[in-house]
Amino acid sequence: MIPPRIADIWVYLSASPLLWLTITLIAYQAAYWVYARAGFNPLLNPVPIAIVALVAALKATGTAYSTYFEGAQFVHFLLGPATVALAIPLYAQFDKLRKLLMPLGGALVAGSVTAIVSVLAIGWALGASDATLLSLVPKSVTAPIAMGITEKLGGIPSLTAVLVILTGISGAVMAKYVLDALRIRDFSVRGFAIGVAAHGIGTARAFQVSEEAGAFAGLGMGLNGLLTAVLVPVAVGLIRNF
Amino acid sequence: MLGAITTLLVYQLVGEVLVHFLALPVPGPVVGMLLLFLSLWFKGSIPDGLHTTANTILQHLSLLFVPAGVGVMVHFSRVSGEVVPIIAAVLGSTALAIAAAALTMQALIRLHQHRVREKQR
Repeated sequence: MIPPRIADIWVYLSASPLLWLTITLIAYQAAYWVYARAGFNPLLNPVPIAIVALVAALKATGTAYSTYFEGAQFVHFLLGPATVALAIPLYAQFDKLRKLLMPLGGALVAGSVTAIVSVLAIGWALGASDATLLSLVPKSVTAPIAMGITEKLGGIPSLTAVLVILTGISGAVMAKYVLDALRIRDFSVRGFAIGVAAHGIGTARAFQVSEEAGAFAGLGMGLNGLLTAVLVPVAVGLIRNF
Repeated sequence: MLGAITTLLVYQLVGEVLVHFLALPVPGPVVGMLLLFLSLWFKGSIPDGLHTTANTILQHLSLLFVPAGVGVMVHFSRVSGEVVPIIAAVLGSTALAIAAAALTMQALIRLHQHRVREKQR
């Protein structure tokens, strides 16, 4: 039995945004502390660790996601200004950027088309439902763009948000191993590839490794968002008419 | 700090307004990023306060994805029903996309360097 006074405090706190906002910050910082202590080992990425801890806490206390989000929305809101802020490291790399226009354009098209075609091919071959397939298509793109695309296709936008995050986490965790295996050492190439394939979470990982990689990842994320927003509706239109 | 945050919000706001009026298929913050990039290009340098604030925010960019990620709890039943195709498609496609983008970019950089050397000869 919970003593009545503690129950009263719980009722008060659980109705206020303060509690889950604070717990979100604590969970992330605890996960980040572990990650930093492990020398930024990609397998200990703080995003999935914090998410698992928070979902467990919400389930244990019987708290609904909508209640949680009333507090966490203040963190979520910062995604907008953070996206705008990506212009700054990008401008800092401007000289290098100008020399790499052709390679960046080629890599963007290759990465973007590969992401869309391969996710459809693998998902379809393994028997994913149509609604899931449509929600998977824009998975490599930053969440607000991806959700807009899914909505137009007739998928489930909130499922896309989850798949986008899953993609970002996978990219942040595996990028080092994939790129090392391919013997790619240039930070501009490594960063751009992570940004194209794994948007903001990949970009966050790239910034933790090097500012140059982060700047190119931010560029890859922004450009793939623009390209996918144009490509996907065209591609789906072609398939439907076929 | 306060000035820098205000700057970021103003660019985001202008981006949102443009997206709304021109019915663009991209989110407002992405347009705001492009506009800020163009402004910095025009100005020719990055103000100190803006650089420091941007670095502080971007250092903890991954925190900002946590609230949306917790949304996975709403989709547990669908994700667990199709867990194999979803996980395989996401992991496989992400690895392929990273490899395709990186290999293409590296090949094009080498091609470009090769051409520059040919010209110098």
